[in-house]
Amino acid sequence: MKKLLLGDEAIALGAINAGLSGVYAYPGTPSTEITEYIQNNPLAKERGVHSRWCTNEKTAMEAALGMSYAGKRALVCMKHVGMNVCADAFVNSAITGVKGGLIVLAADDPSMHSSQNEQDSRFYAKFALVPCLEPSNQQEAYDMMAYGFDLSEKLGEPIVLRVVTRLAHSRAAVEVTEPKVEKSLSPATDQWVLLPGIARKKYVKLLEKQEAMKQASATSPYNCAFRFTRKDQSPTTGILACGIAYNYVREALAGDANLVKISQYPLPEEKIKALAAECDELLVIEDGQPVVEELVKGLLGAGYPVKGRLTGDLPRTGELTPDCVAKALGKETGAVFAPAKNMAARPPQLCQGCGHRDVYAALNQVLADYPDHRVFGDIGCYTLGALPPFQSLSSCVDMGASITMAKGAADAGLFPAVAIIGDSTFTHSGMTGLLDAVNDKANITVIISDNLTTGMTGGQDSAGTNKYEAICLGLGVEPEHVRVVVPLPKNMPEITQVIREEINYHGVSVIIPRRECIQTFARHARAKKQ
Amino acid sequence: MKKDIILCGVGGQGILSIATIIGEAATKAGLYLKQAEVHGMSQRGGDVQSNLRLSTEPIWSDLIAEAGADLIISMEPMESMRYLAYLSKDGKIVTSSKPFINIPNYPDEAALQQELDTLPSVKLDIDTVAKDCGNPRGANMVLLGMAAPYIGILSVEDLREAIATVFARKGEQVVEANLKAFDAGVKTS
Repeated sequence: MKKLLLGDEAIALGAINAGLSGVYAYPGTPSTEITEYIQNNPLAKERGVHSRWCTNEKTAMEAALGMSYAGKRALVCMKHVGMNVCADAFVNSAITGVKGGLIVLAADDPSMHSSQNEQDSRFYAKFALVPCLEPSNQQEAYDMMAYGFDLSEKLGEPIVLRVVTRLAHSRAAVEVTEPKVEKSLSPATDQWVLLPGIARKKYVKLLEKQEAMKQASATSPYNCAFRFTRKDQSPTTGILACGIAYNYVREALAGDANLVKISQYPLPEEKIKALAAECDELLVIEDGQPVVEELVKGLLGAGYPVKGRLTGDLPRTGELTPDCVAKALGKETGAVFAPAKNMAARPPQLCQGCGHRDVYAALNQVLADYPDHRVFGDIGCYTLGALPPFQSLSSCVDMGASITMAKGAADAGLFPAVAIIGDSTFTHSGMTGLLDAVNDKANITVIISDNLTTGMTGGQDSAGTNKYEAICLGLGVEPEHVRVVVPLPKNMPEITQVIREEINYHGVSVIIPRRECIQTFARHARAKKQ
Repeated sequence: MKKDIILCGVGGQGILSIATIIGEAATKAGLYLKQAEVHGMSQRGGDVQSNLRLSTEPIWSDLIAEAGADLIISMEPMESMRYLAYLSKDGKIVTSSKPFINIPNYPDEAALQQELDTLPSVKLDIDTVAKDCGNPRGANMVLLGMAAPYIGILSVEDLREAIATVFARKGEQVVEANLKAFDAGVKTS
């Protein structure tokens, strides 16, 4: 049966039909729709597949590893920067090994459509010494779930499945297979205690598995060589097309290419060497960072010409496009129409009526009296407070950094140091930083702008809803300096008064402006009506 | 036969519903389809677009190349010109004529309309048409109706059926209101 699915949905359904027992994830573009699909899938519901959102990617990774330990198939999903958050657990999961199949899904965002960097998760797979799958289309994304779980169980190692935004958020028809049964409970019996003495032995075991991983890549149905003689070109250029790059190559060249398609790592070295031997040079086309380009240079030696993003044949930054790939292949077409003259950028902005707007309006009003102030921002819709009309933020770095950066700046003597963080980001990575601040009696004002949801990714449940005051008190913030306000224009005098008082308090204070996200509010109202 | 379409507008204007309907119709008609969407931060009142590729042959790329789009369907006149690099030599722009102004530096309106007139475009005040047929929230369906004859690879009837399927779970009334808006759009073109 064929179904029209987003890349993310193909991954989700592929996992369910491969006998998934649990998905563990924190929302993050472009990975969010995977978990949402599983949450709403009838079979997953009937089977009781775990799909509740986790507090962050590290708790997700660890829970998934626990499910694997118990012998069942688990999927952990995140956007690329989530790999940094779960890196400790992820890298060590390669040392412990796995029991039930474990797939670590990393959704990379080249061009930073909704991200802070362009990091390439294939580096993480290589770093941890585990295989990586990189589907080129929605069908492969679906098929690779069952394939990946099987491979994971066969090798006893986690598998990274790397997608990029264009695949995650693009729809195509997918041939769907019959669902398999879940694995039964059968906990691991080997030692997973990574004490140095045990870890050293396990690490050697992981290194011994590298040959099997290479063998799996060499025989993978996803790594294929296509040979067509290209009489029109001299010298002949061999193409290495990784993941979705393959589509852009086929779009530009039809069947006319000497090509190796790469969708499974470690690299299929023999196929690459064979292609290199037949051609005069290689062109590496990969979305993200020049991971394969660097590796192939090492593989073929300094004398063999390898072209790609590092040589300027493809752009060094940004996602691949059919245009930049066609250009690298000498098939550029170019625009017919000149760019419009009457044009302006239209950046995203906070919704009209959003509570974050009232928070920034109040904050700007008070801080106008403190010329030396700095506001340290965080990740979420409210990062848009950096743009006009508010322009309130001095920084936004990573999940939770608002509180800890404000603390460090306050330690250095900066006053007033204000942190603004959303409710979901606070429970993701802000709580530990707040404890540091309390223990140090740092002179900071923390605003937890609570809209009762994870807003930017589309309104998923937020892990700490109804618990924020208790969390702050539990971490040791003084009760009289945990203040709750309702961010509405009519409450402006009260909110500005509270902000002013807490800035002038020498110590840690937390202000919680609380009003539901207007998007989820409207959705809840519609649901009630129906 | 293939048809490459760029759908565009401002986040929240309902371009993804148009994409869903064309996608449903294409699937039913047995066409190959790829549809790249924009999710996440850019949906918050910023410019949004979706690449929609329909073909009787298999499709490789999820994205349309420069000078490759047969059709640009836009909920907003300035946005319809943001993707001119992708419009093919014989391509067509079908757009709402009514600016959505949520930025301080929106271009001069008269100059913008004039520039649009120099391009192979058809435009219509879809908001007014939607209001007139009693469905003020159905402007995107008016636009789809307007664009229907240019889509070509799908018939008007294919699209009507898809509207009925996509909105079925919202009830008979919603289906009827959207079909009415769609038909009003078809009539104008």
